Amino acid sequence: MSNNLLKKLTVGIFATAVCALGTMTGSALAQGQPRSGGELVFPVPSEPPSYDGHKEETFGLIHPIAPHYNGLMRFDPTDPTGTKPAGDLAESWTVSKDGLVYTFKLHKGVKFHDGSEMTAKDVKASYDHIIFPPAGVFSTRKGQYEVVEAVDAVDPYTVRFRLKWATVSFLASIASPWNFIYKADILAKDPHWYETNIMGTGPFVFVEHVKGSHWVGKKNPNYWVKGKPYLDGYRALFIRSSSAQVAAVRGERAHIQFRGFTPADRDTLKAALGDKITVQESSWDCVLLVAPNQKKKPFDDKRVRRALSLALDRYEGSKALSKIAIVKEVAGVQVPGTPYATPPAELEKLAGYWKDSNASRAEARKLLKEAGVEKLTFTFTNRGVPMPYEPLAVWMIDQWRQIGATVKQEVVEAAAYYATLRKGEFDVAMDFQCGYTVEPDLDLYKFTSRSRNPSNYGFYEDKVLDDLYQKQSRATSVEERKNFVRQFEKRLLDEEAHYLMTLQWHRTIPHSSKLHGWQVTPSHYLNNQLDTVWLSQ
Amino acid sequence: MASTLQADAVVDLAAPRPHGGWIAASVDFSRRRPLGAIGAVIVVIMIAVALTARLIAPYDPLAIDFGAMLAAPSATHWLGTDAFGRDVLSRIIYGSETALVVGFTAAFVGATAGAVLGVGSAYFGGKIDLVVQRIMDIFISFPLIILALAMVAILGNNLPNLITAITIPMIPRCALVIRSSALSVREMPYVDAARAAGFSHSRIILRHMLPNVMAPYLILLTAFLGQAILLEASLSFLGLGVQEPTPAWGLMLSGAAVEFAEKAPWMAIFPGIAISLAVFAFNLFGDSLRDALDPKLRSL
Amino acid sequence: MWQFILKRFLLMIPTLLGVAAVIFLLLRIIPGDVVEAKYMSGEGQGQSAVVIAAERAKLGLDKPVWHQFGIWVWGLLHLDLGVSMWTGSPITEEIELRFALSLQVALMATVFATLLALPLGVIAALKQDTWVDYAVRVFSIAGLAMPSFWLGILMILFFLILFQWVPPMVYTPFWVDPWQNMLQLIWPALAVGYRYSAVATRMTRSSMLEVLREDYIRTAYAKGLWLKLILVRHALKNAMLPVITVIGLEFAFLLGGLVVTEQVFNLNGLGLLFVQAIARRDYTLTQSLVLLVASAFIFVNFVMDVMYAWIDPRIRY
Repeated sequence: MSNNLLKKLTVGIFATAVCALGTMTGSALAQGQPRSGGELVFPVPSEPPSYDGHKEETFGLIHPIAPHYNGLMRFDPTDPTGTKPAGDLAESWTVSKDGLVYTFKLHKGVKFHDGSEMTAKDVKASYDHIIFPPAGVFSTRKGQYEVVEAVDAVDPYTVRFRLKWATVSFLASIASPWNFIYKADILAKDPHWYETNIMGTGPFVFVEHVKGSHWVGKKNPNYWVKGKPYLDGYRALFIRSSSAQVAAVRGERAHIQFRGFTPADRDTLKAALGDKITVQESSWDCVLLVAPNQKKKPFDDKRVRRALSLALDRYEGSKALSKIAIVKEVAGVQVPGTPYATPPAELEKLAGYWKDSNASRAEARKLLKEAGVEKLTFTFTNRGVPMPYEPLAVWMIDQWRQIGATVKQEVVEAAAYYATLRKGEFDVAMDFQCGYTVEPDLDLYKFTSRSRNPSNYGFYEDKVLDDLYQKQSRATSVEERKNFVRQFEKRLLDEEAHYLMTLQWHRTIPHSSKLHGWQVTPSHYLNNQLDTVWLSQ
Repeated sequence: MASTLQADAVVDLAAPRPHGGWIAASVDFSRRRPLGAIGAVIVVIMIAVALTARLIAPYDPLAIDFGAMLAAPSATHWLGTDAFGRDVLSRIIYGSETALVVGFTAAFVGATAGAVLGVGSAYFGGKIDLVVQRIMDIFISFPLIILALAMVAILGNNLPNLITAITIPMIPRCALVIRSSALSVREMPYVDAARAAGFSHSRIILRHMLPNVMAPYLILLTAFLGQAILLEASLSFLGLGVQEPTPAWGLMLSGAAVEFAEKAPWMAIFPGIAISLAVFAFNLFGDSLRDALDPKLRSL
Repeated sequence: MWQFILKRFLLMIPTLLGVAAVIFLLLRIIPGDVVEAKYMSGEGQGQSAVVIAAERAKLGLDKPVWHQFGIWVWGLLHLDLGVSMWTGSPITEEIELRFALSLQVALMATVFATLLALPLGVIAALKQDTWVDYAVRVFSIAGLAMPSFWLGILMILFFLILFQWVPPMVYTPFWVDPWQNMLQLIWPALAVGYRYSAVATRMTRSSMLEVLREDYIRTAYAKGLWLKLILVRHALKNAMLPVITVIGLEFAFLLGGLVVTEQVFNLNGLGLLFVQAIARRDYTLTQSLVLLVASAFIFVNFVMDVMYAWIDPRIRY
């Protein structure tokens, strides 16, 4: 065969192969063309206390309410890491050379559900509501936007943010799923209006909320993205018990539960419904942490804290607990698989992450003896939420038993929990951290000194850590930043053992195979606008 | 002197007495009321198990074994294992300790406190009676679970507080029943005679009223025993009181047991049987006891 | 008679007030309040104390306790229950749906229990100490002994494993879709009703036993067989009073006491609302709920007292 023909043939075969591969993966994600119609039904484990996204912190608000709103930016709904900022109401944006001015151009012709047009003054009013709330208005995320100097509406379709200092994480910050864009006129008249009412620009219009029962939204016929949303509407059912939620999916009365099911639930659903169930899994940007109270002896001694961490055989724990609880990955301070996460080979060098569990325990016992508390006895304070707080506690108490420590558990109900922690009335407590995106600025803040940040329940001061936090936040290159994050992690977990990581949560979403266009991410606060979701027959 | 003695004798003669000879009574009881005897036997066995838990349990109830998670009942684990590979049988055996401690303490303290209040209220009558009755009324109208939840929230979430939380709702219920019993005794002529003869309050209460409320007291006690165990199970099911990893029957029924109910039903079935058996036995015994002591008595 | 009724009615008031006062104080002794539960149970990213104080003031939590109590009682006298501290919506709205559900389950359980208890109790009394008696007693004590939430778990397991079926998850009111409504609520009604029937059965049995021992009954017995039927009915009438009392009291308990059963069957009822309200330190909601349940109980008590006094004049002291 001539060279030319051979070349053509190879290319042809290659191309066909790629096309076939593409169609196969393509069909795994989207059975042909998105189909319009159908009502999406999903259970939500808890009900929103109020309707204001600027005020609340619970997924119980996001799941039923996010479809009614848009943000200025959001995270790309097709990205499985949930870390790529993309435009929502913002059509395009530019950053000034010094990184201090962000200018956003808005889409034109966006209408609120009452017919009025959304313009830059609405974006400014909403962000003022978040960053510079008027007296008596509660904004949960005010502290996150300290970097913002001011927000200006330059013209009806341009918004400008002026910053006090340059930071690489600003776009991710703006893409927060909580920053609903409200109507300026309403906010001016009554800044509390949105706590009990809905008025947004989102793909779905509010229909009804029956307390304790359900929330209904229907398609916005004038949505500014033509052709979307695909669904006719959605129905969120408020179902508290997880077995009832599983039963709903199993009985095909619901399509999906957006938070996450346990591995056992997934197996049950797969066994019962086979191909009618598709499972999407991901690491979860949630982790439970152990905070030894450094105001109490002997937890001010870093040998004791290191011993507590060394006692935990995280690898064995991961294998076993991932079968019965929603935890899985062994991780440092960042979700494994995300840009700044430490690779496993390096992680193994940190205390508590050694592969040799016997050596680890021996070292732990040695440290306790050195510190003079060979028979350590303490109370472990835990939060009254069963999954995964309880199985993790049972596991840890058992691991600590094996280095000679006697631990009693005290469970404090969820409402009073953080009040107890804040008062510092505990020996060692369970703390938790859940983020809407994996970003070191957001994830590492908690571990800085107590004087800087009130969510430090170890009650410690550490200038070195604070310094490293600053350095990583102002770093100018990815490599430089990675370096500082690693150093931070080493000091936090290995040298000082201020906080102990348990295991990273693992998100398992078994859903009806009829549901398409939804991508799982490490955060259960993302991808809930439902504009890309469609149902097949 | 002689007159007081004589008066004593008269008063004592008129007052009803408890039957003599406990052993003879027990044997008679077993023969005539086999159900009650069965209940009593089960209770005795349970107490024995609780006392010898360390000797008879095949495994350490806290021992985690990741290699045998959710194992079905077999020769090595007679009742299977739970989500952590802990032996269910051993946990049930050790759990009986918690159940009986909670049950006996709560029932005994509750019934006794209630009895004291009931008798005192009936005896002294008048304003005291009115006030005590109103207070008891108030506490009875509270749903049990709510009172328990509130108590635990205030006092803290541990076993002694749970016992307190269970005991408190029992006191007014007991007080009211004992009070109506004591009231009927109070109206009897020999009590007035005793007062006329100059006997002190405490003497009359102890010697004449108390023995006659013995019957309802004992019956309430056995009823409370069963109720206390059930209440403890409900509360630990809700997450109050006993905490992991301590074995307790109600605790064993919550969380993982419901989660894995299909895969590992033995986790839910056996602790439930244990609870039911314990309450069943106490009630059976109490029922027959009531029949024996006074068929005219009504229970709550 | 009317004097008695009036006296009893008036006595209800201090009891109700007492309940109100106790729950009011109890709630405020429990550490934490709704502002903490709402805004500081997350990580509390340094909300300024000023804002927290403002939220508290909005809910009236900064006023002295007796003042708050006064405001609440004043509202009660105008039949205004107020708004929930957690959601800000009127309490009547919050309670409506849950009350309907709990009421329905309580009623169904009562019907089931009565249908079961009366015949069983009478038979056991008539055939005392025979195997029939033993069987009935074992059956009813088993009902008392089994935790109703365990029974519920077993029921659900039964349906799942054998029929691959689960009861409906969402509440549909009876007048909207009776079939769906029944499908969901019949099971918890049965689980609760069984236990309930046990209490009623025992009471029926012992009450019948006592009446059957009365002199006039025994004489009539001696007179002949065919009189037995008439006597049974006559005895039954007299024996019913304590049974009705027990049924009434248990019903009142059911309204707010089904916390665990509701959790197992995932029912959106009063019990669960109770637990949620306490967990959230929603004072107004909890207070209203307690008053609701206590009133039901106290009212039933009142009705029972009146009935007793009507039938037995000796009791009217």
